[in-house]
Parts: sequence; C-alpha cells; structure tokens
Amino acid sequence: MSIETQASTAIRQGSVPALRGVASSSRRGFSPFAVRGWGVLSTILKGLGLAVFAFALFGPLANLALWSVAERWYTPFKLPVTYGMRYWEVVFRPTGDAMSSLATSVSIACLTVVVALAVSVPAGYALARLKLPFRTVLMIVFLLPQAFPSVAIYINVARVFYSLGLTGTIPGVVLVHAAHGLVYSVWIAAAAFAAVDKDLELAARNIGASPLRTFFTITLPLAAPGIMASAIFVFLESLDEFTGTFFVGVPQVTTLPLLLYNASMGGNYQIASITALILLVPSVLFMIFIERFLKADVLSKVGQ
Amino acid sequence: MTRPSFFGLILIAPALAMIAALFLYPLGFSLTSAFTVPGGGFSLTHFEKAIDLYSTDILFTLFIVITSTLLTALFSIAIAGTLTLGETPWLISSLRFLYRWPLFIPFIVAAQCMRTFLAKNGLMNNSFVAMGIMEPLQATSFLDWRGIIITFVWKQVPFVTLMLAGAMASIDRATIEAGRNLGASRLRVLIEIVLPQVAQTLLVGLVLSFVTMLSVLSVPMMVAGSQPTMMTVDMAFRINSYGDYATANALGVISYAIAGAVAWIYLRHNVKREIAA
Repeated sequence: MSIETQASTAIRQGSVPALRGVASSSRRGFSPFAVRGWGVLSTILKGLGLAVFAFALFGPLANLALWSVAERWYTPFKLPVTYGMRYWEVVFRPTGDAMSSLATSVSIACLTVVVALAVSVPAGYALARLKLPFRTVLMIVFLLPQAFPSVAIYINVARVFYSLGLTGTIPGVVLVHAAHGLVYSVWIAAAAFAAVDKDLELAARNIGASPLRTFFTITLPLAAPGIMASAIFVFLESLDEFTGTFFVGVPQVTTLPLLLYNASMGGNYQIASITALILLVPSVLFMIFIERFLKADVLSKVGQ
Repeated sequence: MTRPSFFGLILIAPALAMIAALFLYPLGFSLTSAFTVPGGGFSLTHFEKAIDLYSTDILFTLFIVITSTLLTALFSIAIAGTLTLGETPWLISSLRFLYRWPLFIPFIVAAQCMRTFLAKNGLMNNSFVAMGIMEPLQATSFLDWRGIIITFVWKQVPFVTLMLAGAMASIDRATIEAGRNLGASRLRVLIEIVLPQVAQTLLVGLVLSFVTMLSVLSVPMMVAGSQPTMMTVDMAFRINSYGDYATANALGVISYAIAGAVAWIYLRHNVKREIAA
C-alpha cells in the first residue's frame, strides 16, 4: 500500500539491498566533476539557508542589544549615532525604578515558588502514589488555567480581588502567578514521585521506618531534582508573567515586564531593551541547562 | 488498595482549592456576567454589542492565530524533519544549536525585540538595504498584522519543533531506512513515513500554541497599531477605559468558544484514532 508497509515488509524479509549505494555510485560514475560541482552548490545553499535562519533568530535579539547601548539613534542612521552605557547606569542606579522592579519581581517569583510547592508537593505525591478517584480528570483540572484564554479569566480575578482588597498587592499577584504555574509544579512533582523506585520505600518500611520517616528520608530526597526543576519552571513563569500582573497588580505592583511595557510604550527604547535583556538572562540559562535538571526518566512520566 | 484513599484526597485538596478559587470561580463569574443583564435575567445583548463593535477584530484574531499556527506547523516540520533525516552533520548540529533560542524568551521580550527589529528603520530593513536587496525608499514598517504573525511564529516554532523532534527521534529508524533504501526521496519519507507517526504530537503542540497565541496580550499591544487589533486588547480596553465588564466578558466567552472548537477538533481526532486502533 504505502511505502511504509512496503518498506517494513522489505526489512522483515531481510531483502533490502544497498539500493541507495547503487544509485549514488552510478551517479558518481557519471562525471566526477559535475558531482563535485553539485556538492559545492549544495553546501553553499545549505550554508545560505542556515545564515538566513540565524539572521531571523538573532536579528531581533541583536536589535535589542544595540538599543541597550545606543545613547542616540534616529532615523537616517542605520546604526546608533553614539554608543554608551549611560542608560545602563540609569537602570542599575540603586534608587532607580528598574532595581525596585527587579526586587519586586524576584520576591514575587520566590513567594510564588513557595506557595506553588507547598500545595503541589502533597498533591504530586497523592497523584503518583495514592489511589484517587477520577485521577485523569484531576490531572486535567490543573491544566485548565493554561488551556483557557487567560485575559478573560484575569479580568474577573481582578474584579473578585478588588472586593477583597487584593488588587495592587504582592499577595494578590503571587496567588495569580501560583495558580498559573500550578500545572508545571503539580505535573512535574507527580512525575518525580512516580519515578522513585517503590522497592526502596518498601525496604525502608521493612526495616521499621514509619511512613512519614520513609517519605522524608527516602522519597523526598530522591524526588528532589524533579521538584527543583518544577520550582525553576514556576520561578521563570512568574518572572515573565505579564497579563495577570497587568490586571491584578496595577498600579502599585510594578514587576520587570510591566516596567518594560511602560518604558516601551513611552518610547524609551533604551530602558525597555535593558529591562528585556535582564529578563533574557534567566530564560537563556534555563534553556541551556534544562536537560541537567529534567532527567529523561522524570520527563517520560510528565502528564501521565 | 482498592478503595480510594481518603488521605490522598486531603493531600490534593489545597491544590484543587486554589484552582477552584482562582480559576473556576472567576470563570463562572465571567459566564454570568456575559449572559445576564443587571436585572438578573438571561440575555444575549452583551454578545450583540460585542459582535456589533468588534466583529472585525474577532475575524482579525482568527486570521492571525490560524495563519500563525499553520506557519508554525510548516517551519517546525521543516526543522524537525531536517534534524531527523538530514545527512549533513554540520548542518544538523548547527541547526540543533540554533533553533531553541527563543524557547523560553518571554512574549513581552519577543514583542520588544520585534518592535525595534521590524520597524521602518529597524535592523531588518537596514540590513536589507545595506546588502543591496532593497532600495531605501521601499522600506516599510512591518508593525501590523505581519508583525504579530512573525512574532508568534518566531516564539512558537522552537516549542513545537522541540516536541516534534523528540517524537521523531523515538520512532523506529528502520521504517525510515527502509523507505530510503527503496528509493524514496527524503521529502517523501518525511511526508509518508515520519509525519503520520508523529501526527499526534504535532497536533498537541499546535493546539497548545493556538490557545497561547489567542491569550497573549503584550504582543498585539506592543507590535501592532490600534486598528484592527486582537480580542485580548479589546477586552483590556473595555475594562480600562469604560469599566465595561459585560462586553469584555462576552468577548471572553467568544474566545473560550474558539479555544473550545480547537480542543474539540483535537479530541475528535483522538477518538477516531482510538476507534481505528
């Protein structure tokens, strides 16, 4: 029928000759000169394609970096007129808006991690080890805040929070961020607990450890790297969160993304670009190191 | 352990309570606000108003999100396909190193990058002019619907590619080798052998991307001008300028419906697959 079935039957019968080798050697037999020309052309095309791809990926980031060191840059000039670190000094001045926003962002992110882990470590353990009714439904419930268009939810959260006096406060923003990050913390914590070898727990119980002691000396330490990974996810999610803070945090709570937004809309591209670069650092570090934290045995169990 | 564990329910209760208070309750709030009038009765007047004022923006949103999803699918398949079937080691390793960069970059940072990069005098037009591809007078700003689509695709392709390349790496290599040995081109192997085996993963990635792009507020606000714009911006505008929760929530319910339709397509595909299996 399809090539797929043809191919697999061919494999099964062990009757696949080195067809490709034949084909390419006959092509090689043609004229060595033409083949070499084709090879060079193909290498050039590949290199060109890769260059276009790299330009599309890094062009926007390069523009951001240029703006962060441009003291003056206006229209007919293709590159900044004068370079300098003046705006970096403005941003990193201890009394500046950016430093207080950075402090606000980091403290909100840390609190969010604490809140999210406090509820998701027990929940993850229950989902991984204990028998729960409608387990799949429970798992999907945690996905809902990410799977729904969030703006419509946040405007109503802001309305509810307003009547409780939580709008414009750090606890209000922390709650919104924690609910949004819960899918990562619960799912990854559940996967981390599921990846712990049950025999080790049973061995501990056999030699007389209480269930609580088994949990704290065996299960939790073994699941710790996975829980650490979920904490990083939640931290980054909170650090980068814009929409929820935009509705719930204004006007008192200004996180880095909100500072970026205000600076950019106000036309202050230098401040906006430097803020964006500060936000990039943890994101890029995480992209590079994610595989160290999330081991394959945990990753394969996420969402199950 | 055949009985449901009561202890387990206690352990999971705080997390569930959080979702109930911070997601389900506001969701109910938005539905009531969209479907009732101040007197208390059921009514569709808010939807009439929302469609009356914002039908262009609803269509615009659909156009943007659908186009971006299709382009994301195309680029992700191309990149993941090259990573799986490519025969040039240096190309594969540099592509593998490159494609992931935007993965964890926040939308708001991506929006700020594009706001400068795609502008009339941004680095993109300037580079084209400097390379002689374009005359300076031809330079136009991309900060409209094209800018939104470019930003979304730039941000979402690494995510879908990561999922797709993972799925492609775990399929049986023998099927690929057999197809190649029988003389099928790499493109044909990709379309007829590899893609059908990873369709499920691709669909999940695209559905998640679709809903994400539908919910992003910062990109349309920062990258494009005011008219036409996406529904998220309209919702924020109704709230911040008029305190008009009813119309904003009606728009919100329309966006749930769009997301729901996509989820339904996904579920139907799943059910079909299970029946076929």
